[in-house]
Amino acid sequence: MATKLTVPISEEQIRALKVGDQVLLSGVIFTGRDAAHKYMVESFIKGPCPDSEKKLYDMLKKELAGSVIYHCGPVVKKRPDGKYDFVAAGPTTSIREEPYQADVIGHFGVRGVIGKGGMREKTLEGCRRHGAVYLHAIGGAATLIAETVKEVVDVYKLDFGVPEAFWKIRVVDFPCVVTMDTHGQSLHDRVEAESKRKLEALLAR
Amino acid sequence: MPDITEQLVELIKATSTDLAPDIEQALAAACKREEAGSAAQGALETILVNVRMSRETGRPICQDTGTPIFHVWYPQGLSQRQLREQIMQAVRIATERAYLRPNAVAALAGKNSGDNTGLDFPTIHFEEWEHDYLKVGLLLKGGGCENCGCQYSLPAPESPWSRDLKGVRKAVLNAAFKAQGLGCAPGILGVGIGGDRATSVIKAKEQLFRRLGDTNPDPQLDALEKQLLREINELGIGPMGFGGKTTVLGVQMAELHRLPASFFVSVAYMCWADRRKIMTLKDGKAVIENP
Repeated sequence: MATKLTVPISEEQIRALKVGDQVLLSGVIFTGRDAAHKYMVESFIKGPCPDSEKKLYDMLKKELAGSVIYHCGPVVKKRPDGKYDFVAAGPTTSIREEPYQADVIGHFGVRGVIGKGGMREKTLEGCRRHGAVYLHAIGGAATLIAETVKEVVDVYKLDFGVPEAFWKIRVVDFPCVVTMDTHGQSLHDRVEAESKRKLEALLAR
Repeated sequence: MPDITEQLVELIKATSTDLAPDIEQALAAACKREEAGSAAQGALETILVNVRMSRETGRPICQDTGTPIFHVWYPQGLSQRQLREQIMQAVRIATERAYLRPNAVAALAGKNSGDNTGLDFPTIHFEEWEHDYLKVGLLLKGGGCENCGCQYSLPAPESPWSRDLKGVRKAVLNAAFKAQGLGCAPGILGVGIGGDRATSVIKAKEQLFRRLGDTNPDPQLDALEKQLLREINELGIGPMGFGGKTTVLGVQMAELHRLPASFFVSVAYMCWADRRKIMTLKDGKAVIENP
């Protein structure tokens, strides 16, 4: 039975989740991947924030608190009225954001990160300390996930390119699995350790 | 030289939106094998619904529509230069119609060209053949799985394995372990044995055009393919790396002549969304088929 989560998510709700839990997420979240994470850390967290970027910073500071960042570079289509639709929007590999993720979670009060492939120690520690989880989406399920994106609210930093921009989206029942929780558990570490033992047995044959 | 731009756009659309039946059937069989109610089974169920939705709505199976890799077999007398121009134009149109995501990024400047064309982008392999008609194969290979590919030089300190089938087996097992779920498991492994560093990888990727469960013409490689499929699935990495019984759907290998000093094993990891089609153009008629 999947747990329903709606943004803004409380710390208590997040700390109740455990590795392996299936989640259906609803509310306003943001896409952000390589360029966005580098930008957030360099312009906002390390700073100083240039005047030209202050407006975006204030918006993100307000909206990301209790919300979720989705590692995704979507295929989008522009409508005649100037608004956008998500056509295909599966997760991208998260590990590339490992240097940045924990700092972004802590600075903005993000409660969850959606992606694929999982992340490492620094992010796991960030999740434990700040109260956030890593949510694994189904890689490649791009049409199905795009269907859960009910509205593209806005887009920022489109000059990074369509895949790399911040897309502000409203989702309903976005399906994912908790693979890193606030209790220091990582399903990825567990599977890797078990498969390493089996690999060693196979290599010894 | 006929203008086949529109037919090429259709090939791109079909490849991006319509997963081949051999892959879909393998995914459905894997879904039945996984433990009921597990995250692994949930992942495969989601994948299968997504495959059907993409086919019905004509939308990309995966948003990472990848590097378009074209293989063109053309009859004597056809212009490679004109074919290249038509392929580039078809890619631009397919991007406009959202069959492809703009994916060509300047390596150092980081700027996206916006239309999937750029320096050596898309990838096009040309080969003149003896027939009087044109055949175009297309593979859309996403970046997540491409990053999981690897190449071993045997033997080396970190890969101390013999220059024979036993060594190849160990290299491929190691590659599957290193990939974990990161390449969007359950994937398909294309393996090139021998060659130089470049030809070995190209051969590995060519294997991804083969039908799942076919018979390798080399009986030794055929046996190793089936053994590796079984053994990699024993690793228990499972769909998306959630743990489970299906880590790969297939292993497909081929060999090339090599230099006396070199023995390369190249592994191309293809995600479950193994998007490949072949189009033949005969007597002005285009037919798009699965391998």
